[in-house]
Formats: sequence, structure tokens, C-alpha cells
Amino acid sequence: MTFRRYLVLGVVAVTAPLGDALLSAGMKHVGPVSLSHLGSLIVALRTPQILAGIAMLICFFSSYLASLSWADLTFVLPATSIGNVLIALLAHFWLGEYISPIRWLGILLITVGVGFVTRGPSYTEVEKKVPACAQAAAPVEEARIS
Amino acid sequence: MMHAEHGWADAAMIAAIVVFATIGDVLIAAAMRYIGDLDEIKAKSGLIGAIGAVLSNFRFVGGVFFMALSFFSLLFALSHADLSLVGPASASLTFVTNAVAAKFFLKENVDSRRWIAAVFVCAGVTLLMVKV
Repeated sequence: MTFRRYLVLGVVAVTAPLGDALLSAGMKHVGPVSLSHLGSLIVALRTPQILAGIAMLICFFSSYLASLSWADLTFVLPATSIGNVLIALLAHFWLGEYISPIRWLGILLITVGVGFVTRGPSYTEVEKKVPACAQAAAPVEEARIS
Repeated sequence: MMHAEHGWADAAMIAAIVVFATIGDVLIAAAMRYIGDLDEIKAKSGLIGAIGAVLSNFRFVGGVFFMALSFFSLLFALSHADLSLVGPASASLTFVTNAVAAKFFLKENVDSRRWIAAVFVCAGVTLLMVKV
């Protein structure tokens, strides 16, 4: 794992909860949308928070795909759950929200879980199936080289 | 009796979210494993080539379809049950079902370290969403 890859995991961790929070804030600003007025969802796209939320979720999905191309699903999901902790800490220290002892325990459990998984290997090497004709041709190639 | 019926309905809605999300995650992970390192593809074929390799993979398209089903199941569940129940239950259960599915379908090496991490994160997410 390189620093750049940890950075990509960091982007996955931060952009998912931030995107959700921005969409939630935007929809609170727009108000309830009824089934008979679905057109107001298009109007909602003009809301700055919703646009920012969509941009965050695009960042999340592209970095999530990139991380899954070089790390296991069972590594990426727990490792990026640290984003929930970051959002809770931001809410506490920046917005002054109260965090109950039970939530602090939740933060501790997630941090320990992330610590566990990130200290192990990130990718399981699986042997790719080689076509039978390629296997048969291999000794001939080797004989030619020798 | 009514409470029991509500309980079963809530459990069925949460199960639908978890199952669709797990299938979606596993299909997308399988697609990315099949495609290979996106950084290398980008270096070879450029950004358009990398996007084309992802979008033309049928596992990826299937994964996005199941992710969409999971999202709409979540919206449906939220219109019938409380967010404080549906949110933590679906988020935390998905960690465990993904670990099981990744072991059997993606042949990932889910060792004791990863099981402990999945259980800790599952419990942590549940506690974090508790409204106290």
C-alpha cells in the first residue's frame, strides 16, 4: 500500500458521509416532495448544497471503484468506515453537537476495527485461469527459448 | 399481534436493502477485480479508456442495477419505518453479509483480523446511530 492509495481510501471515507450530509441539508432546504410534484426534484438540483452533494458522491464512487481495483472489498469497506468517525468528530468540535458516551464507544469500536483491518494485507491474489491451449503451448515456447 | 406483523415487515424491508446492497457490492468488486488496476489502464489507454473498460463490464452494470434496487428499497423502507431502526440495521448488517459474500464469491482471504474488524465496525456504526 502506497501513500497515494491511502489517500484514495481517505477520499472514499470522507466524501461518502459528506455527500450524504450535503444532500440531506439540501433536501431539508427544498422541503418535502410529494409524488404528484416530482418535478420539484429537478428544481432541487439548483440548490447549491445538492449540487455539492452530487459532486461529492461522484468523487466517492470514482475513488471507490479505483480502490476496489487494487484492494479487497473486505479491506475497503471497514477501512473507509473511519469517515463516520470523522463526521461525528467534525459535528462535535466544529458544530458543537453533543456526543453521548454510547456514541463515543461507537467511535472507539470503529477506530479499533479500522486499525485491525489496515494492519493486514489489502489484496488477495487469485490465480487467473489459463486456457488449456496456452498451457499446452508454454513448454514449446520454453524449449524454443532454451 | 400488530407489533409482530410490523416486526416481520420491518425485517423483510431491512433484509431486502441488505441483500441488494451486498449483491451490488460483490458484483462491482468482481468487476473491478476482473478489469484490474485502474491506474495502469489509465496510464495505458487514458481516462476515456479506463471509463470505457468499467462501463463495458456486465458485472459492473449488474452491480449498479442492484445498488439502485438497494437505494429504492431504502427509500421504501424509510417511508414505512423509522430511520433510527432502518439506518443502523441495514448499514451494520451489510458489513457482515459483505464479509461472508466476499469469502465465498470473491474468494477473498477473510481471516480472523477481517472478521474482527467487520464485527467491531458493525457494532460501532450501530452505536454511532443510536439517538441518546
